[in-house]
Amino acid sequence: MTPGRASTAAPSPGWGGGRGAANVAATGKYASLVVASVIVLVPLVVVLFAAFKTHAEYSTSGPLTPPRNWLNFDNFATAWSQGHMLRGFWNTTVILVISLAGTVFVGTLAAYAISRFSFALKRVVLGMFLVAALVPGVTTQVATYQIVKSMGLVNTPWAAIVLFLGTDIVSIYIFIQFMQSIPRSLDEAAVIDGASRFTVYRKVILPLMRPAIATVVIIKGIAIYNEFYIPFLYLRSPDLNVISTALFRFKGPYGAQWETIAACTMIVILPTVLIFLLLQRFIYNGVTAGATK
Amino acid sequence: MTALPSRPESRVPPVFRAESRVSRAGASPPDPPRRKRRVATHWLYLGPAVALLITFTYVPVANMVWYSFHKWDGLDVTMDPVGWDNYVRVLTDERYWRVFLISLYYFVASFAQIAIALYFAVLLSFNTRFRNLFKGILFFPYLLNGVAVGFVFLYLFQPGGTLDSVLELVGLGEHTRLWLGDPDVANISLAGTSVWRFTGLSFVLFLGAIQSIPGEIYEAADLDGANRWHQFRYIIAPGIRRIISLSFILAISGSLAVFEIPFIMTGGANGTRTFVVQAYETAFQFRQIGLASAMAVVLLLIVLLVTWIQRRLIPDDEVSLS
Repeated sequence: MTPGRASTAAPSPGWGGGRGAANVAATGKYASLVVASVIVLVPLVVVLFAAFKTHAEYSTSGPLTPPRNWLNFDNFATAWSQGHMLRGFWNTTVILVISLAGTVFVGTLAAYAISRFSFALKRVVLGMFLVAALVPGVTTQVATYQIVKSMGLVNTPWAAIVLFLGTDIVSIYIFIQFMQSIPRSLDEAAVIDGASRFTVYRKVILPLMRPAIATVVIIKGIAIYNEFYIPFLYLRSPDLNVISTALFRFKGPYGAQWETIAACTMIVILPTVLIFLLLQRFIYNGVTAGATK
Repeated sequence: MTALPSRPESRVPPVFRAESRVSRAGASPPDPPRRKRRVATHWLYLGPAVALLITFTYVPVANMVWYSFHKWDGLDVTMDPVGWDNYVRVLTDERYWRVFLISLYYFVASFAQIAIALYFAVLLSFNTRFRNLFKGILFFPYLLNGVAVGFVFLYLFQPGGTLDSVLELVGLGEHTRLWLGDPDVANISLAGTSVWRFTGLSFVLFLGAIQSIPGEIYEAADLDGANRWHQFRYIIAPGIRRIISLSFILAISGSLAVFEIPFIMTGGANGTRTFVVQAYETAFQFRQIGLASAMAVVLLLIVLLVTWIQRRLIPDDEVSLS
């Protein structure tokens, strides 16, 4: 109302008119943020506690008690070797690398055709991608399974790879969006210099697409690392366990030993923490771009 | 920003116009070889993506509709046509339609999720100490592996686990119960887990939308004497309308397609079997492919219907690609 009052709403809150009210608001604001952070962190921290406890210590102490020895890595060693986590990480990495390379290749080619060529069926093709984005992947697995089976891919890593490649519509959107922002005059200049259309794609478009490719690699990489249903359904052999299924199947034989399961869970979470700390900004941008298109 | 739809199309007409005079007369005699070659090249680029799309999305959907009118175990060479029987069973047998009701728990939870996310997004869009730290903490659960989240919350909900200990610590010890074993609360526990896992996503989407509103608008509002509530009501809310409506769509289709959390944590026991868990068991454990397909078709129709209604209610020219 008064000019003094308006300044409380300005970017520097706290001081100005209505000092008491502003303090209450600030306290409430920080209190709610702290409460939310506690709710997010406590479930994870107690699992971390458990991972460092010996079996005897685990059964005698409550979940909120920190471990006596923070350097007790026995559970991690057991989980790593008995859960065959190395194999899990290896299988995940192989599937991840091939699927991501394929997605970038197939996706940028398709986006190039859609944004740079004019042809009669373009609307139909775009419509097909758009409608497909609405079909929730989990619902069609009943029928997809029969197709993958008829191709003889069940119980091979290729089942997961073709499905990660084939059911990905969001990446193509991101590529198309980004390609629209690359000026056509660059293509035209290259064509005048005698470049073929494929050379334009290879030498002009692809290098400029780097930010979009990074976005797709990050969001799709995280999605593949976390995917559970597809590997669970198609990679039944223990030799083909990826991270998710290795962890899931680890629980059976170790059902009563929570300290070992906790260590295995932490092994799976750790790479995510590292990636998040390193690539925070890119992850926020990627997730925003991926979900809203 | 996202104005790609019409532009490429608008380039088509001139080409057609140049040729239309001829093509009306018959085929396109002027330079057929060139046209043919162009037809071939764009399919070369588009081919892999379209082939994958058709093989792993459209053929399965078509097959699914076909299977849904048959009784089939997935192995037999012959399928028995049964007409609408599978659909009748999905819609009348309590074991099958009851799983739709379980989705309601997750649907209600997703309202809580949107409300919490919106609250913190608005809060953090103003100046805040440790802003990035809080943002990171709130968002982080979304990135975690679903199986890991399932185990973390199994540990949290088990008798004498984290939740029980915390309740005892704050003097609410008598309220402990079998969080996952008691059918009255099991679904609420699981839906709570889902809120914990996905609030970060909604939060970051809302925050991004709020931050894309130019700062000058707030400054102008300040000069006009608008308070925080006015700023939210008249600047922020209209600015994020689209993303909120998108979140509701994701909430509906997401709550119908819940699989990981109940499957990992309870395996569908104690009345927590969701639609997809039920469809999974029907197809892959009881080998009733026809019945499972009918369930999937029903689910797909609901999702498409909901999306269509949303598009009608809130037409957004921004997202459509065609």
